Amino acid sequence: MRTVSSLLDDRWYARYKRISKLNIRSSIYDVTNRCNLRCKGCFFFSSGEHEAAKEEMDITRWEAFVDREMARGVNLAILIGGEPTLCLDRVEAFYKRLPTFCATNGIIKVPRDRFPDMILGVSLWGDDVDEKILRGKDVFSISSKNYAGDPHTYYLYTITPKQLGKTDRIIQRIRDAGLKVHMQLLSNDEGVDGFHWRPDELVQIRSEMDEALDRYPDTVISSKYYHEIITTGKMQGRPFGWMECPSVTEPLDKRDPKPRRLTHFIRWASDLETMHRCCTSETRDCSTCKDGAAHMSWVMVNKRAHMKSTRDLQNWIEIYEMFAKLYRFIPW
Amino acid sequence: MAVENGKIIFRIAEIMINELKLEDVTPDTFDPDIDLVDEVGIDSMDLATVALVLRDEYAVRIDEDDYPKLTTVRLIGEYVQKKLAA
Repeated sequence: MRTVSSLLDDRWYARYKRISKLNIRSSIYDVTNRCNLRCKGCFFFSSGEHEAAKEEMDITRWEAFVDREMARGVNLAILIGGEPTLCLDRVEAFYKRLPTFCATNGIIKVPRDRFPDMILGVSLWGDDVDEKILRGKDVFSISSKNYAGDPHTYYLYTITPKQLGKTDRIIQRIRDAGLKVHMQLLSNDEGVDGFHWRPDELVQIRSEMDEALDRYPDTVISSKYYHEIITTGKMQGRPFGWMECPSVTEPLDKRDPKPRRLTHFIRWASDLETMHRCCTSETRDCSTCKDGAAHMSWVMVNKRAHMKSTRDLQNWIEIYEMFAKLYRFIPW
Repeated sequence: MAVENGKIIFRIAEIMINELKLEDVTPDTFDPDIDLVDEVGIDSMDLATVALVLRDEYAVRIDEDDYPKLTTVRLIGEYVQKKLAA
């Protein structure tokens, strides 16, 4: 029988053991239906999810809800929205109880005296020109001032096809702000003209992502295998899609055969009762979905499929480490 | 239901091999003390798959909170034995 230690040298085996028993169990929470931006291509608004449920306004119900989530085994809360920083009392209900990651557009500065080490992922949709087209303003100029040098914040850089040839300059700006960056690709849910990925563009952006990782290893949190998966949509020859996605809400998951999936994963709406189908929009075509977290989770839940060779298992370890770093289960 | 420990260990190894499609190993050659996570590479979903079969065969429920303790086939066998004796 092929074993982990037979595939890895001592250094890689130590890396494997550092993550092998983390047992991360995440779920995603819509903190609010409101946002202080209206971005073209935001799945939440383009698919009408902001109208799917009425927000729960009673903070004591949020607190009781988080306690119930912990009781069912959740050990990582991923807060999205709308814009979660519009409702910091709800964010705090999570943060005070369990490891919490909060996605934000970075316009409102989260008070660090109240949330000293909460992990923030600040969204960035390209350079100032792209951000003005897609988000109505140059958000980076605000968020980079709010969070410059913050040791618990990184940028979630959503790369669009318009960014080809420009990613280096943007990553330099992030580095110069004393922050880190994780890259993902725009899915273009709203079909904005010129923002669809062509196959040749995906090849080119993969190469740029690889170069960024080589050039800025202290700034970029990523792995080349992740770049391969996200740009090709394939893992070991298997195409990503509905029958492969690991990030489907468990009580709504009626797929047969059941694919390997995140244990007990649920994406909750802000009424704390409604469940969304998956980590992104139900209206999205799964075969072209480029959701970064879904793709890395896809690799993570398929560990034994990566025990065919040393390189495969090392690839798996690098993606798991990347995920664990993004949510600070291990240090950057 | 009383079952010999050796038989349970053999059966758990057999279930693991069949359900998880482990290659180049038989129930006879499966080391009952090998670390299932650190060496075989199984995860909690794998263990849940095995737990379902054990539940059907022995009417024993493996609590998910106990998964982290069940790191070898022998420890799973002892766990099942204990539950059967309770």
